[in-house]
Amino acid sequence: MSEPIIPTRTLFIVCGALLLLTALTIGAYFMDLGILHTPVALAIAGAKAVLILLFFMHLRYSSGLTRIVLLAGLLWLGILILGTMDDALTRGWVLGTAP
Amino acid sequence: MAESSLRPMNALGDTHSVETSGAHAAPDLQFENLEQQHATRVFGMWIFLVTELMLFGALFLMYTVYRAFYPAAFAEGSRHLDLALGGINTAVLIVSSLCIALAIHAARTSAKRSQLALWLLAAAVLGIVFMVIKGYEYFLHYQNGEMPVFNWTLTGAGAGHVQLFFWLYFAMTGVHAIHLSIGIALVGIMILRALLGNFKPNAYTPLEMTGLYWHFVDIIWIFLLPLLYLIAR
Amino acid sequence: MSAITLPRQDTYLNINYGIRSWLLTTDHKRIAILYLVSITLMFVIGGAAATMMRIELFTPASDLVDAATYNKLFTMHGIVMIFFFLVPSIPAILGNFILPLMLGARDLAFPRINLLSWYIYMLGAGVTLWALIAGGVDTGWTFYTPYSTASPTHVVAATVGVFIAGFSSILTGLNFIVTTHKLRAPGMTWFRLPLFVWSLYATSLILVLATPVLAITLVLVAVERLFHVGIFDPALGGDPLLYQHLFWFYSHPAVYIMVLPAMGVVSEIIPTFAHKGLFGYKVVAISSIAIAVLGFLVWGHHMFVSGMSLHAALMFSAFSYLVAIPSAIKVFNWTSSLYKGSISYDTPMLYALGFIGLFTIGGLTGLYLAALGVNVHVTDTYFIVAHFHYIMVGGSVMGYFGGLHYWWPKMTGRMYPEKWGRAAAIIIFIGFNATFFPQFILGFEGMPRRYAAYPPEFQFLNMLSSLGAVLLGIGYILPALYLIPSLWFGKQAGPNPWDATGLEWKTSSPPPANNFEKIPVVTTGPYHYPGKQDKVG
Repeated sequence: MSEPIIPTRTLFIVCGALLLLTALTIGAYFMDLGILHTPVALAIAGAKAVLILLFFMHLRYSSGLTRIVLLAGLLWLGILILGTMDDALTRGWVLGTAP
Repeated sequence: MAESSLRPMNALGDTHSVETSGAHAAPDLQFENLEQQHATRVFGMWIFLVTELMLFGALFLMYTVYRAFYPAAFAEGSRHLDLALGGINTAVLIVSSLCIALAIHAARTSAKRSQLALWLLAAAVLGIVFMVIKGYEYFLHYQNGEMPVFNWTLTGAGAGHVQLFFWLYFAMTGVHAIHLSIGIALVGIMILRALLGNFKPNAYTPLEMTGLYWHFVDIIWIFLLPLLYLIAR
Repeated sequence: MSAITLPRQDTYLNINYGIRSWLLTTDHKRIAILYLVSITLMFVIGGAAATMMRIELFTPASDLVDAATYNKLFTMHGIVMIFFFLVPSIPAILGNFILPLMLGARDLAFPRINLLSWYIYMLGAGVTLWALIAGGVDTGWTFYTPYSTASPTHVVAATVGVFIAGFSSILTGLNFIVTTHKLRAPGMTWFRLPLFVWSLYATSLILVLATPVLAITLVLVAVERLFHVGIFDPALGGDPLLYQHLFWFYSHPAVYIMVLPAMGVVSEIIPTFAHKGLFGYKVVAISSIAIAVLGFLVWGHHMFVSGMSLHAALMFSAFSYLVAIPSAIKVFNWTSSLYKGSISYDTPMLYALGFIGLFTIGGLTGLYLAALGVNVHVTDTYFIVAHFHYIMVGGSVMGYFGGLHYWWPKMTGRMYPEKWGRAAAIIIFIGFNATFFPQFILGFEGMPRRYAAYPPEFQFLNMLSSLGAVLLGIGYILPALYLIPSLWFGKQAGPNPWDATGLEWKTSSPPPANNFEKIPVVTTGPYHYPGKQDKVG
């Protein structure tokens, strides 16, 4: 309740930036980026997520605790993906069972 | 609930930092003041969003594994999706998120009830627009024989792998759509409560929680766009 | 209501009466009692299945039940005991009752959500029981694909039931985390929290982070089963091992969901009955969190023979050794806490000491299993069965019974007959070891798990195990026989029968509806015994 009220101007600017980034990611789709294709698309998505988190979900003004909660969630998602991919990507090394 | 009203208020009742009178002026039994109650509920919502993140996370993992196994099939599957509809839907959700943020702004700056309700209504309508477009996309997939089980016509080498892509596409967008429907229902309730005058500049916790949920669902879609629609030309 | 007349005192039990006052309550203490009744029922059902299995295994031939029925029995035993007894038992019963009292709070942060999670639990239990009664499930509690999508039994209903119950876990975990962060009494800093709170907090982290993964995975299995094609279908190029990863990402940490709260109970009981502070309080507290975190890095050790990559197997094996460190720290600290204590061997203490011994055996055999080579040899034998029963029954259930006896006077205001309590604890300890120690040997000799029949040379040890199970069953029935009468005939307990230190003992027994006359102000650590060796505070 003590969090500051974000002015409407900021909210409109953030929304504009989000729409711009959406256009950018679709534009990047039509460019020839080679293997950078997916990393660029995910980086843009990440930037959009950060904007929403910081301003719409006002993480920028929240306590450190809220940020830790979010980071913990991302860390655990990372553990899930890394642990499984460790298996999925190296299965062919020894056993020759990679699909 | 029936029982909590029977519990006597206690010595702590003296320390309430109540600033306004009205239906929401007194915190629940377990809280010392409204500030603590608000902070606790919002924190609870964040924890809930983390569980949601892990729920979608399992789907993201399945996606990652199968895309690593079958990159060509995923690129092929992605080409079957309609980028124009996906792009429009992204814009729709982003603007709906703005409407939610503006609604909370209106609630906190003691604007008129009608203004708050209108912003919420705009968000709900945009949410419904998203669902209609998504439904149309599903319909197109059905017509084109790209819907596993119900109408699947792709055959030949690698068709099974493309079907895995579509299983994931329907699972991820389907779970997202369920979440958005819940979000629309919540916003609908918020509209009613706004019209009833339930919210005040220092009593808007349910709005805040609904907003967090809505923005989270928006973020999930923002990742679904590149993962499903933008794999490769 | 009482046989011994007592002066009228306002408690959470007598503030109002009637079925509505229970089914619509938002009082965490009453919800704990609701859980106690329903979880005990599930324990009886799971125990009945186990009894049938042990009777069948008394003789080598499959004579009492056929192989198909036997498959359904062990599946039922596993599903009911894990998802509906072990996971919720200590958090939802003892945690629900004690956590707000320990924090000096009047309730959990979200009392209505707390009640909701009980209803969700009941719904999940109902759906699962329906599946088990309507014809059963034969996949084992793990629901491994592709068999679970092809089995002719009621897999969909069982997975949906477990899915529903998962939300009950998530909501309980969420409630505990938020309550611990936001509702601590004045002066209750993090390092003044009792260790039970620390372990419930660590448990809740796992509940919140792991359960959603299992939930969505089970939904996809149910979908695949309904349509006979789906995301794990090998015919499409789907990967059944992916299912195993997702399943064990939940289910290995779930082992810590089951055992961490029991560790917390033991950490409460030991200082109380040794009458001194707990040695190395901070290390024990942090080790709970360490177990919760490291527990997420080891799930692959359930898949060593599944065809997982060797690289991943090596990584998961190495991490599995790591998780032993915080567990061992706890064991060493508990035993060190006994040193120079004035120990009294009351019933809860017997359970706590039993826990330490049995958990140590379970943990050490876990280290064998973390070793790749040994694991390949004993996978799917009775060695595994014995190992995880030492953790789950020797650990979690001993902790649960210890905690139930420890806090029974607080929950009911009555003492149980101490002699009966001690007798039951000793019978359970002996019965447990007689049941499961022979299974280590059976497993090492190569007897595979999940079979209704076995070669005659295994019969002696199986008979021993079955006889032990009878003793164990008697031990589990005994507490019901003296705890329930104690509600009417037990001696009045008073606020603090054990001379313990936690905030929960500073209010009357049973506590008033809003827990404390006046919210206490905390000025010392949790195990503050002035004049004794005092490491905390």
